Amino acid sequence: MAKLNINGKIRDVQAEAGTPLLWVIREQVGLTGTKYGCGVAQCGACSVHINGEVRRSCSVLISDMKPGDRIVTIEGLSATGSHPVQRAWAALDVPQCGYCQSGQIMAAAALLGKNPQPSDADIDAAMTNICRCGTYQRIRAGVHMAAEMVKKA
Amino acid sequence: MKKTTRATNLSRRKFIVSSAAAGGGLALGFKLPFVGSAQAATAAGTEVNAWVVVRPDSTCVVRIARSEMGQGTLTGLAQLVAEELECDWKKVATEHVFPGQNLARKRVWGDMATGGSRGIRGSQDYVRRGGAAARMMLMQAAAEQWKVPVGELTVADGVITHAASKRSTSYGRLAIAAANLTPPDPKSIKLKDPKDWKIAGKPMKRLDTADKLNGGKVYAIDLKLPGMLSAAVKACPVHGGKLVSFDEAKVAKMPGVRRAVKVNDGAVAVVADTWWRAKTALEALPIVWDEGANAAQSSATIAERLKEGLTADDAFADTKIGDALKVIAGAPKKVEAVYSTPFLSHATIERMNCTAVVTADKVEVWTATQSAEGSLAAACEEAGLPLAAGEVHKLDLGGGFGRRGGTQDYTRQAVAIAKQFPGVPVKLIWSREEDQAHDFYRPISQCKLSAGLDESGKLLGMHIRVSGQSINAWLNPGAIKEGKDVRQLQGLWKEPGDAQFGYTVPNLQIEYAMRNTHVPVGPWRGVNTNQNGVYLECFMEEVARAAGKDSLEFRRELMANHPKHLGVLNAAAEKGGWGKPLPAGVHRGIAQFMGYASYSAAVAEVSVSAEGKLKIHRMVLALNCGHAVNPDQIAAQVEGSVVYGLSAALYGECTVQNGRMVELNFHTYPLLRLAEMPKVETVIVPTQDFWGGVGEPTICVVTPAVLNAIFAATGKPVRSLPLKNVKLA
Repeated sequence: MAKLNINGKIRDVQAEAGTPLLWVIREQVGLTGTKYGCGVAQCGACSVHINGEVRRSCSVLISDMKPGDRIVTIEGLSATGSHPVQRAWAALDVPQCGYCQSGQIMAAAALLGKNPQPSDADIDAAMTNICRCGTYQRIRAGVHMAAEMVKKA
Repeated sequence: MKKTTRATNLSRRKFIVSSAAAGGGLALGFKLPFVGSAQAATAAGTEVNAWVVVRPDSTCVVRIARSEMGQGTLTGLAQLVAEELECDWKKVATEHVFPGQNLARKRVWGDMATGGSRGIRGSQDYVRRGGAAARMMLMQAAAEQWKVPVGELTVADGVITHAASKRSTSYGRLAIAAANLTPPDPKSIKLKDPKDWKIAGKPMKRLDTADKLNGGKVYAIDLKLPGMLSAAVKACPVHGGKLVSFDEAKVAKMPGVRRAVKVNDGAVAVVADTWWRAKTALEALPIVWDEGANAAQSSATIAERLKEGLTADDAFADTKIGDALKVIAGAPKKVEAVYSTPFLSHATIERMNCTAVVTADKVEVWTATQSAEGSLAAACEEAGLPLAAGEVHKLDLGGGFGRRGGTQDYTRQAVAIAKQFPGVPVKLIWSREEDQAHDFYRPISQCKLSAGLDESGKLLGMHIRVSGQSINAWLNPGAIKEGKDVRQLQGLWKEPGDAQFGYTVPNLQIEYAMRNTHVPVGPWRGVNTNQNGVYLECFMEEVARAAGKDSLEFRRELMANHPKHLGVLNAAAEKGGWGKPLPAGVHRGIAQFMGYASYSAAVAEVSVSAEGKLKIHRMVLALNCGHAVNPDQIAAQVEGSVVYGLSAALYGECTVQNGRMVELNFHTYPLLRLAEMPKVETVIVPTQDFWGGVGEPTICVVTPAVLNAIFAATGKPVRSLPLKNVKLA
């Protein structure tokens, strides 16, 4: 039994110590916006925020979580889908199949949280999640557009 | 229009009656859980015809038979229906149709299979007629209500107006009356001239974006059903190997485990209360395999077999014009090269998965499929039930790329497992490693090409011999006539219209030698145009250079009889600034090819550092797909095709050792990431006189354009992929 703070709510979860956070979020808590892609922290489909840092939840064990850690999943990024990254993604029709986009959006939101006006090189360094449909050109444009929204806000 | 008692009409009537009892707006006779979007889940309205359901608020729900896997077909098909329906685009929703219902209704929605870039081009005619028929019925209903000739009515945005009497009404108010009319004969319907399109042909926003941004979209892998169990599966790592035994007792007491079960002859699954527990127990399960004779196979033995096919006598010539072999032998200047491309996995990011419930007389599956009817057939066959006892709930795919077509191996497995838990929903999810180990891979091949030139550099003859594995031999042997499998020569065909060779060569011989392996193969986005595009277009570059001619000019001289191929080549060259100065160290390459009834060309700009490091700066792609239904989504497909093509060119390789696949996750099977993405510019040059595909055609020019630019940079051709194995300095 562990207590996790996910999207601001305290959840009691039942999982063996070696269970990845990803599977606790998906199967115990029931939030399926966070995706399983590779299981080895390569693709980033499982990206969530832990204390504001983007982390690949397939490779974070539940036993590594500390009391007070704040976990935010795609479902908790904004109440109404109004985060600048979500708005930019909608404006540019970034997603194709959409499966990796929860992770891409979480990675982009974490980047803008630390660096509100990222350069292309900053985006290259931070946005390392795999998109098999190949939406990278629009992801880059989306990060820049979201940065503009942040600047004007 | 008078009512008749034809079977199709009766079936439609039944829907109306069954929902009329529920009161209010008319609902469909079949349930719609979990399908596609939130709108679909709450769909309630009147079925005017098979394609159009109208709700009381005039929202028009367009039925979509093809599968949506990111390629935008859902939005494009809705645009085509809405264009003819004359409804308000702001009030368009969509819903998937069910393959069981399609069969029950005599395939009223046509072919549901989604592959070969056919979603739009293969159904545009009948879906547009469906939209038009619904509009005509709605207008007829208004005419009858007002007792005026239908010719006096006008319609716009779902509002019908009779100007003379200053009356107007909405689709929502007419739907029930319209549904009771006999549909017009589809053949009698005159479709709009695409020049008059207002919704189709425009860069409309996708209809399916919103819930991809907030985690709300339910993919098959996300499905939850009451009492559901989860399964992890492992098949014999050697293709064709058999399961001998497994020791269930060793894992029976692990947390959450229900059982370990045999899955047909070659696989075992652990079923548990969660997937993570099932996977953990599966990894601990002692399994004995009979790997069989295939365990002796490796990439080296396969390469030897293909190499033998390059000169063997058993090839067949699909094209034979003049006497290429003799002309090349006697030519003053000869060029010869051997190219090769490896097996590739699809690597959809959503793993293979399927949820199944099997009882004595029914099988239901929820899955991500490019072939819903194939899923139905697989599920029913595996359950031992007739087709009428099955149903498939389609969920949008987290990537398809050809992996989730007719084979439906994962659907069969899910049913085989669920059969052992009668009445209990079981969700099967493959691990990434299982997915890499048991794909239907892009077939491996080699190609020997030779050409003869005269003293002035004029091309006299060309000989192309492809040796490699056949997709049809694995999946569709009936398509091979007298041992001749033309499919492997896709893009090199002499026939116009689909994937035609785009050059006129006076002496030309194009051959295929089938050399099969034990590794399963299947269609991989772009299929054989990808490999054949590399072979032809990179060799053409070698020949142009041997002739001492400019790459573009050399091609142009051979393309006078192929104006559409030439059209896209010129468009790419123009936008790409062919011949114009470049920054120091940057070099261009060009390529053209045809597939899926569309014409593609590309110009790549690359640099190669002194250490051999490659940077792809910019790619311009030109596409003529005939009619461009949604230019923004076409651009998105082109951008994506560059990524798919470059992943293959730079990194893609599935090798075989001891009969099994070696690269089992993304650290050994890398895919392109954002930092490596070149700037992509898409030029759509639709000639509006045919319907071509979009999802696949442009991939085949990506790699040859890049390889030809590398050739320009280094002076050396690249003849073997992927580039990670090639030293460029």
